[in-house]
Amino acid sequence: MRQTLNEGQLFLIQLLKDMGNEVERILQGCMKSLISLDRKQAGFWIAEDQKVNDFERQVDDECVRLIATQQPVAKDLRMIISAMKISTDLERMGDLAIDIAKIVQRIEGPLLKQLIDIPLMAEKALGMMRQGLEAYANEDMDLAHDLAVLDDQVDHLYKKVVRDLLVIMTDKPEVLDQGMYLAFVGRYLERFADHATNIGENVIYISTAGRQDLNK
Amino acid sequence: MGQTLSVRQLEAWYGSNKTLKGINMEVASNHVTAIIGPSGCGKSTFVRCINRMHETMPGTKVKGEIVLDGESIYDQDPVALRKMVGMVFQKPNPFPSMSIYENVVAGVRLNGMRNKQNLQGIAEKSLRMAALWDEVKDRLNYSGMSLSGGQQQRLCIARALAVEPSVLLMDEPASALDPIATTHIEELVRQLKEDYTILIVTHNMQQAARIADSTAFFLNGELVEHGATSEIFTNPNDKRTEDYITGRFG
Repeated sequence: MRQTLNEGQLFLIQLLKDMGNEVERILQGCMKSLISLDRKQAGFWIAEDQKVNDFERQVDDECVRLIATQQPVAKDLRMIISAMKISTDLERMGDLAIDIAKIVQRIEGPLLKQLIDIPLMAEKALGMMRQGLEAYANEDMDLAHDLAVLDDQVDHLYKKVVRDLLVIMTDKPEVLDQGMYLAFVGRYLERFADHATNIGENVIYISTAGRQDLNK
Repeated sequence: MGQTLSVRQLEAWYGSNKTLKGINMEVASNHVTAIIGPSGCGKSTFVRCINRMHETMPGTKVKGEIVLDGESIYDQDPVALRKMVGMVFQKPNPFPSMSIYENVVAGVRLNGMRNKQNLQGIAEKSLRMAALWDEVKDRLNYSGMSLSGGQQQRLCIARALAVEPSVLLMDEPASALDPIATTHIEELVRQLKEDYTILIVTHNMQQAARIADSTAFFLNGELVEHGATSEIFTNPNDKRTEDYITGRFG
């Protein structure tokens, strides 16, 4: 019985890793379509979100199966419940990537400036997601706690993006719409990073049964 | 009403084999306390000490103190004690030559009650408390052995209740029963705690989690951890408890 539960837990870790890879592929694609303002490519990535949704259902089904057949308790139960919550976070992260693709379809080009901090935010947010999933797979509390520091860096970048955009929009009112859209992209990436901290909070919950806010 | 039990430095032996190694435990009244642990950890010995059955076996020894409602059980006559501390065993064991009715009132008769009307009243009350009355009221003179396994176990519970104990010890009372009969017993235990202090030994983790207010984990004759069931099954303090309830050993 323990062997079946162990195998199920390893399968969940792999599923979440695969789901994270899919979210990463989509966000990177959406960011490329933003940088090149490629509306067609953005449409492609919007359709790809279904794969992330399918992963979420697969994770939920596996969790339900393990709970029903293995009756896990204590840390085992927390690990499985956390898998369900992490898959919900990853699904939301996929949605946020798609929100960026939808903005690409609305922006009327060319871009008001070369994007530097927004791609950097995306890179950092994706790193946080990978780190959160690694922390989950290895129950690594240090990696989980470190997400709070990384989240502060993303928050700082977001504030800088908004500040820079405000300066540009004040100077050039004709780019107001695009400036607002790009600020939204910054907001979506900031939220993406917040979901990554949720993954870390789940890792802390699994290890300690206690709660800690990594997104203050 | 159920009564509290205080167990202090309880030690028990089978010959030279020490099976309980200084147990200290408070058992709350009107609560269900589950005793869990791997085979041979001393959980059955522990409950058998509480009604002084352990010491009836040749070569056994007990040391320490068990206080029931303020009085040491070792200061009491064992027969009188067993009126206060009823026991239900793993395998239903109705007296085979007796009817359902005779099974229920057997203990009360042994205690000297002869009044037929009183005995009938006790039989009905006990069978109702054991949630068996409606199923057997029209065949009280049938053999106890004519009942199903689950009914036989409830008959044994009725027999234990008939002498009006304050503590009910149950040693794996549902392990030989099918899921429906098990549900009946679990529901019954939940209701009986209103009037009794219940200690239940079980190998079934989910059963302990479902019905017990508090759970005690025994290992190698020691009490590793005793706490609220909700804590034991979600966030136990001791790693050995966690390893046992999650199936890593035992």
